[in-house]
Amino acid sequence: MNKSIKVLPVVLKEDKEYVVVMRLHGDVDDERLERVVSMFKGPIYQRPPLRSAVKRAIRVRRIYDIKIWERDGRNVLMQVWCEAGTYIRKLCHDIGEILGVGAHMQELRRIRSGSLNEDEHRATLHDVVDAYIFWREQGLEEPLRRYFIPVEYTVRHLRKVYVRDTAVDAICHGAPLTVPGIVRVEAGIKVGEYVAIMTLKGELVALGKAKMRSEQILSAKRGIAVKTDLVVMDPGTYPRAWRSG
Amino acid sequence: MTVYLKPPERREVFILDDAETDPRYGWRPEERPVDVYLRYAAINLDKPVGPSSHEVVAWLKRILGIEKIAHAGTLEG
Repeated sequence: MNKSIKVLPVVLKEDKEYVVVMRLHGDVDDERLERVVSMFKGPIYQRPPLRSAVKRAIRVRRIYDIKIWERDGRNVLMQVWCEAGTYIRKLCHDIGEILGVGAHMQELRRIRSGSLNEDEHRATLHDVVDAYIFWREQGLEEPLRRYFIPVEYTVRHLRKVYVRDTAVDAICHGAPLTVPGIVRVEAGIKVGEYVAIMTLKGELVALGKAKMRSEQILSAKRGIAVKTDLVVMDPGTYPRAWRSG
Repeated sequence: MTVYLKPPERREVFILDDAETDPRYGWRPEERPVDVYLRYAAINLDKPVGPSSHEVVAWLKRILGIEKIAHAGTLEG
């Protein structure tokens, strides 16, 4: 909510994991089921269904992994790790087609979206509203802090670049992040990937696109390291430095 | 406890400078005063089956009195 909404364009594109019950329309032996399901690992073609908010053009999506946990006759319990925008319903349908007997998606639960998974900080509507009311009416902070999580948690999977205090406010105004402003950098950053620009207190300042690899940032003395894209922190949180970072 | 297919990541961090941060400005996320905490907060909502995500967002806006709420993706079935 509020400023956290700024990270949505990146968060919406994150990979997902689902637990799904697929129901086969015929009988298939274990070996063939395993073989066909594992065929779907990698890129697949999908066209969004009739009832969809997106343009109905054929598009490629990646299935990073599929695992069959259990099989009970025609019911198959699977876990799927896939790219955002993958239609699991269509995946089940297509698996059924290749098996020759047909299949449909019986039940679906998303267990992870990017860095948010179902084990951590999961809240029901009741939890959220109760927590808010406890705070508003009784000044109790603890439930609120349990069910409302800092925006930083939602981008945990992004690689991070930590900046000095004097560089923060310029970034809040959209300025690019130059090498002298960087105090720490995670390994493995590739050019073009989204990174999280953080303060040394662990606050998310902004999301940006890396213009340099981690190794380049380490060896360069100057230059633009990250192009600031989605600013989260309010300007003025850190003082405006009279010279750039 | 759920098992995830995505392997856990191990990150190396390189330190370029031993600069420190001024305690007078900003806060560690968990230490933000509540009004600031809410400004930068998200919720991991276990949505009930019936209402749509849009309905849930509208409902939360009304009950919590927060104007800016959005949802990060519906279940793409």
